[in-house]
Amino acid sequence: MSQTFAVKTEHLGRIYQIKRKRGEVGLKTLVALEDVNLEVRQGELFGLLGPNGAGKTTLIKILTTLLTPTSGRAWVDGIDVVENPQEVRRRINMVSGGESCGYGLLTVEENLWMFTQFYGLDSKTARERIQYMLEVVGLADRAKTKAYHLSTGMKQKMNFARGFLNDPKILFLDEPTLGLDVQTSRTLRDFIKRWVRERPGKTILLTTHYMAEADELCDRVAIIDKGKILACDTPANLKKKLQGASIFKLQTTPLDSLEHFKQLSGVVQFAGYRRNGHTELNFILEDENALVKVLDALRAKGGHLLSLEKHEPTLEDVFIHLVGRGLSDEEAPPERLL
Amino acid sequence: MTTFRRELTVFVRTVIGRAYPRLIGLQRERSWLFFEIVLPLLGTSAFVFIYRALGAQPEFTGFVVLGGAMTAYWMNVLWSMATQFYWEKETGNLALYLIAPTSRMAILLGMALGGMAATTVRALAVLLLGSLVFGVTFTVSDWGSLLLVFFLTLVALYGLGMIFASAFLLYGREAWHMANLLQEPVFLLSGFYFPIKSLGFWISAGASLIPITLGLDAMRQILYPQAGWGFLDVGIETTILAILSVVFLVIAHRMLLWLENVARREGRLTVRGQ
Repeated sequence: MSQTFAVKTEHLGRIYQIKRKRGEVGLKTLVALEDVNLEVRQGELFGLLGPNGAGKTTLIKILTTLLTPTSGRAWVDGIDVVENPQEVRRRINMVSGGESCGYGLLTVEENLWMFTQFYGLDSKTARERIQYMLEVVGLADRAKTKAYHLSTGMKQKMNFARGFLNDPKILFLDEPTLGLDVQTSRTLRDFIKRWVRERPGKTILLTTHYMAEADELCDRVAIIDKGKILACDTPANLKKKLQGASIFKLQTTPLDSLEHFKQLSGVVQFAGYRRNGHTELNFILEDENALVKVLDALRAKGGHLLSLEKHEPTLEDVFIHLVGRGLSDEEAPPERLL
Repeated sequence: MTTFRRELTVFVRTVIGRAYPRLIGLQRERSWLFFEIVLPLLGTSAFVFIYRALGAQPEFTGFVVLGGAMTAYWMNVLWSMATQFYWEKETGNLALYLIAPTSRMAILLGMALGGMAATTVRALAVLLLGSLVFGVTFTVSDWGSLLLVFFLTLVALYGLGMIFASAFLLYGREAWHMANLLQEPVFLLSGFYFPIKSLGFWISAGASLIPITLGLDAMRQILYPQAGWGFLDVGIETTILAILSVVFLVIAHRMLLWLENVARREGRLTVRGQ
């Protein structure tokens, strides 16, 4: 490779063999990743955006040497993750959102110190970094608190701090703000941005299903669904693909079937959900004129318009455009109609 | 820093880092003193009373107390080291250990050394209280041999524990059952509460694969040379223990690498609730 990418994958695939239920014969296969080709540059804050179960965590596990691919290859900092996992480990760290770390009997700083020892850090350096990171995540006053006294959010913050302690060249953040409150999420996002910008050569690969997070943080974003990379570009360029299209979000009284909306001329892409007693419809239209047909169709189905909003393209719309359904938790309720 | 020095630094720091929670736990959760000392003493006492009721030689009381003390190490290996990877997997710590550029053996050694502190207190307490309560006396004929046998027994035993631990990289509850299965048979086969010679040569020879069997037998011979219940000569038992130590550590190293790779391939390395 002439240019050393922070992360590079070639035709990467992962298939899981799953035991079938009692009475069924053989193994069931689940394709978690399929023909994934990625190139993440050094110093980049790269986002992997996709819904739950899209394959994001599987990809992170392969890149952090916790899982081997069933096809293709992957390199981290130019090192093959299968052939030389130990060299990869010297350069990386990982934080999984919603996770804790360490032991309840230890204090916050003792837990973090323990993890620094696995990277061979001398105690002075370790303590300086721990102090710094505890201030970043707002846990400095809890340094001497035993971990079992921490709230879930605080434990997550401690785990977030752990990820930075070995000053990794490439950091994998798997849904780092999952389940955190708005203020904490904002603090961590600001730090993530600062960490990459102020330290040339550091790279972050971040997975998220929060489109705003990907939009705000990432230099480039790859959209992944059902194990496949559907698009990869800067957020601005991805959104440009919808330039000229008109994007509307409608709330209506409950509707039974939405199939006919997709057939309407002028509708480029469409996703609809039932939520809290109403139906939400997201349209990407060729132009505003197509909205008349949408409203006529709504009336014909006996639905009433509750609200209508036109907005600029977001990554969410890009996702809807690519796969025909929404992305975030909010848009993936149990009753997805189409 | 040379590669070797860097690796050694990481290894040593990992051992200290992983031993730390166990050592701190001793101070912060003192209830272990009751569970680790008083309860095992009850089990040991039961065997002492049985031997006394049967009118066995007085040395048998000493055999039982020594066996009771060494039981602590077997329990520590089985439940605080081998099965620990199961809990680490369930809590998410295992993934964090595995992505660190450190040796898995260093992590297990840290667990072992940290756990050994509490275990040694338990073993000493059983010896001391057993001696006081039952009037057991030990006459150490050769301190050097005694310490060497004790050291080799622990190395081989913890090597065996590392082999068991490697199973938890791949398996979950299945491996847990294996630990359950090992507990009681080993109590019998290693002769914790009776001289192993009484099982006959071939069973004793087979049981000698469990390091504590030969270790205990050699220590009993050193402490009670006149009893005449030794299975093999102390020198032979020490040599076998030395061989077992090396063999188990090498096997553990290979097993950890092999099963980690299999688990990575099968996607089971960090799967919880298996």
